[in-house]
Amino acid sequence: MAWAAKGGNLDSSGANVHDMASVQRGAATFVNYCQHCHSAEFMRYERLRQDLGLTEEQVLENLAFGDQELADYMLSPITTEQATEWFDAPAPDLSLTARSRGGNWIYTFLRGFYLDEEGWNNTVQEHSSMPHVLWELQGIQRPIYETETAGDGQERRVLVGLELAQDGLMSTTEYDRKVRDLVAYMEYMAEPAILQRKRVGIWVMLFLSLLTFMSYLVYKEFWKDIK
Amino acid sequence: MAKPDSAINQRVQAVGQWIDDRFPISDFWKQHISEYYAPKNFNLWYFFGSLAMLVLVNQIVTGIFLTMHYKPDAELAFASVEYIMRDVEWGWLIRYMHSTGASLFFVVVYLHMFRALMYGSYQKPRELIWILGVTIYLVLMAESFMGYVLPWGQMSYWGAQVIISLFGAFPVVGDTLVEWIRGDYYVADATLNRFFALHVIALPLALLALVVLHLAALHEVGSNNPDGVEIKKLKNPDGVPVDGIPFHPYYTVKDLFGACFFLLIAAFIIFFWPEFGGYFIKADNFIEADNLVTPEHIPPVWYFTPFYAILQAVPDKLMGVILMGAAVMILYAVPWLDRSPVKSIRYKGWMSKVALALLAIAFVRLGMLGLAQDTNIWELRLWTFIYFAFFILMPIWTSLERTKPVPERVNYK
Repeated sequence: MAWAAKGGNLDSSGANVHDMASVQRGAATFVNYCQHCHSAEFMRYERLRQDLGLTEEQVLENLAFGDQELADYMLSPITTEQATEWFDAPAPDLSLTARSRGGNWIYTFLRGFYLDEEGWNNTVQEHSSMPHVLWELQGIQRPIYETETAGDGQERRVLVGLELAQDGLMSTTEYDRKVRDLVAYMEYMAEPAILQRKRVGIWVMLFLSLLTFMSYLVYKEFWKDIK
Repeated sequence: MAKPDSAINQRVQAVGQWIDDRFPISDFWKQHISEYYAPKNFNLWYFFGSLAMLVLVNQIVTGIFLTMHYKPDAELAFASVEYIMRDVEWGWLIRYMHSTGASLFFVVVYLHMFRALMYGSYQKPRELIWILGVTIYLVLMAESFMGYVLPWGQMSYWGAQVIISLFGAFPVVGDTLVEWIRGDYYVADATLNRFFALHVIALPLALLALVVLHLAALHEVGSNNPDGVEIKKLKNPDGVPVDGIPFHPYYTVKDLFGACFFLLIAAFIIFFWPEFGGYFIKADNFIEADNLVTPEHIPPVWYFTPFYAILQAVPDKLMGVILMGAAVMILYAVPWLDRSPVKSIRYKGWMSKVALALLAIAFVRLGMLGLAQDTNIWELRLWTFIYFAFFILMPIWTSLERTKPVPERVNYK
């Protein structure tokens, strides 16, 4: 069961940014669930089309909102003012969240919502102002508490885990996979160059290895006279 | 080497002569490259000077291209870096080459400095080379600090806030000084704009000038070597040091090999691990600067952390700042603190060896403590004490210890 202590013990997402199918599914989840409130102000639809191997129609019909065009950034239809009014805080831009928070944080956060007596809460971000958008899919988790005696003799209620109190539309495995795909997409979105970077990098390394080897031979050849 | 007297060659020589009649280019080439005699026994440690030059060139070239797309404006800076990362052709590569280069610059400079300490390269007659080198290091720190502010992420912003506020520790003038540096009541657009000017023009110019002087001073007295033997003492009838070899082609090909190997390591970081686990680019710097949200932990970049640790070793802010400044400035005194008759660690006594090892350990450990959040103040003080003791006690152990006889000629093979 998804569970993380506040500020540590994040679950490993296992997301793979090079798994194109996973990133594509994640992109759909992002647009359908996240982008209604969150923008990705640095990400263009056109880049998505190029990198994810999609057609113009696929992007414009399935991913872009309203009259957004390919060259547009993936902006949310709601304004900062609306978000602040509805959720007490503007929904943060998600372009770079996978780099600032890390994929594991997102993975644990989205699986860490639970309903306690005060309402929705989260294991990673206490009293997060974000509602559990995916609750229909995941179902409703309830907290498991244990009573702990602290050093000063005071008894405290400590959150030790979560249990699924009401099933969602997805099984836990399916839900985890959905979040994992989303994380893969967000990791891609935080640095679209990552795909090109690693592809080119292998060739650069090979070339430099060869160059290093040859320059070593030249060096040895010149230096063989030095006694 | 006589070249065939072809028509083309005659033309080339004529052009060469034409320039030589007006500017001593072949003398310059001879003096600094083809007839600059360097000791033949350079080891691994002698790669880092030329590697520092390579990184400097990389920083300047990639810096020029970054400047073409970067916007030094608090409203636009962060987005312009993302624009470089996403929309500029190969922008991500240029940016990573620059950010990785900044850290690798300090890696090679620290190793270069350690080499000098090991082999006594600061000793007479090379004091000026050392002084110029320490000044390069100082300018480099200012250069990298200001460069780190430019992406205008949270760490850029709050790192600048913390470091600039250190100047506020000075009595009477402190607050005015801080305001003068920032150009505003807080780190703001004015600060970013002036840091940009200093980072791309003023400090690089100073760096280049200092590097030229550093090399000119080096070529005047000649290079030291792992044995600390002055090769100029023993010359053949032509006036060439017997243990010297022409810089070109011998060290040009050797340094070329070193450069290739270094680039291989650099490329691995650039292409596969550009954040380097948060040491080269911090996660918090992917959040745009926000003067209302203070990050929980504001550690400086790794290359400043030893000094940052020393700052924290004393509770009083002014004393801390003075101590931190002293930790850097004391380097200037090294040529006069070392009283040893020999240069190289190879012929110094055990005390020198232990002391240098302790200095290296203290520096690394202080670096680790400077990054950590909860540090044991006594451990911090212990290593700070050892760091300073190395320099302050240097005159004592270097004059006390028994040294080994230095050979007439360098050891080679």
